[in-house]
Amino acid sequence: MAGLTGRMSTVVKAKVSKLLDRAEDPAETLDYSYQKQVEQLQNVKKGIADVVTAKKRLQMQEATLKQSVVKLDTQARQAVSAGQEDLARTALERKNVAQTELQGLDTQVTELEDQQQKLTDSEQKLRAKIEAFRTKKEVIKAQYSAAEAQVKISEAATGVGEQMADVGLAMQRAVDKTENMKARADAVSELEAAGTFDDVTALGSGEDDIDRQLKQLSSQPAVDDELAKMKGELGQGVSAPPAQIEAPAEGGEESAPAAADAQPAEDGQA
Amino acid sequence: MIVRVSTEGQYELKDEALERLHELDNACQAAVEAGDGERFHGCYEQLLELIRNEGEELQDDDLRGSDLTLPPPDITLEEAQSEFSAHGLIPD
Repeated sequence: MAGLTGRMSTVVKAKVSKLLDRAEDPAETLDYSYQKQVEQLQNVKKGIADVVTAKKRLQMQEATLKQSVVKLDTQARQAVSAGQEDLARTALERKNVAQTELQGLDTQVTELEDQQQKLTDSEQKLRAKIEAFRTKKEVIKAQYSAAEAQVKISEAATGVGEQMADVGLAMQRAVDKTENMKARADAVSELEAAGTFDDVTALGSGEDDIDRQLKQLSSQPAVDDELAKMKGELGQGVSAPPAQIEAPAEGGEESAPAAADAQPAEDGQA
Repeated sequence: MIVRVSTEGQYELKDEALERLHELDNACQAAVEAGDGERFHGCYEQLLELIRNEGEELQDDDLRGSDLTLPPPDITLEEAQSEFSAHGLIPD
């Protein structure tokens, strides 16, 4: 068959016969197969443990980010009330980054849960087949002549071999997905380490801290623009109390109306 | 006929379903060759539904081998376009 399944079947059959081709003597086939099966089962368990570890790491990051979102939101509100628009903006930018990361993490946790479930199902199927194979090999040994046993054994071993190949495939997919997750988890860790989600009141008095923080967010062109605007407003190196900003490029209003404008934008992001 | 859906399980299919299976299989392959991801996924989903609905799932301790093996349900177009062995879909 030339279709999709034909191509796949050919590859799987080659794989299974490679698994089974090692031994000529029936008893050897049995022992070899059984040994391989048990090894594979151990591998699956390890695979599941790796997925669970990756998932836990993402979940811990999620919890931390959720706290940051709540904290930054509160600070943004307080800053708006106090007329400190730039501080509010900084808090909202951070909150925005945190929320974007949170959404990504959420998707990936779901994905990992799916992989974990698949691997657990695979493990269960493989375990059942190995158990059936173990019983069957004793029966075959006891009841059949060597020639007959060879045929029976290779039939039974094919069933298990196929399941082993399948579990291998499921694990490969889980490993690929877990690697992707690790990359994301590392990225979030880097943002955390850079203080991206830190308390905005912990920035200190100088502008240096704000610059450093905003550089971490420079992947967002909008944030770069904001920074440039802000610097233009404040002038370089001025240790400016936030409330001094008078003329934001957007509106040029007084601080009180500007604060009023910031309120809906903040709600929109919540 | 016994059909395995990779990473999902084995199903025993009656002969009556085979003609439809081959049709869908060829349609999927055509979509893969055309590089049409949307058509491929739609088609492959139909193929899987046919097997799940018409087939009877084998017991876990059934040691029979499969006559046909299908790729995993979450296969991507790129994976379907590859030689299955070369890109890690079937690991060594």
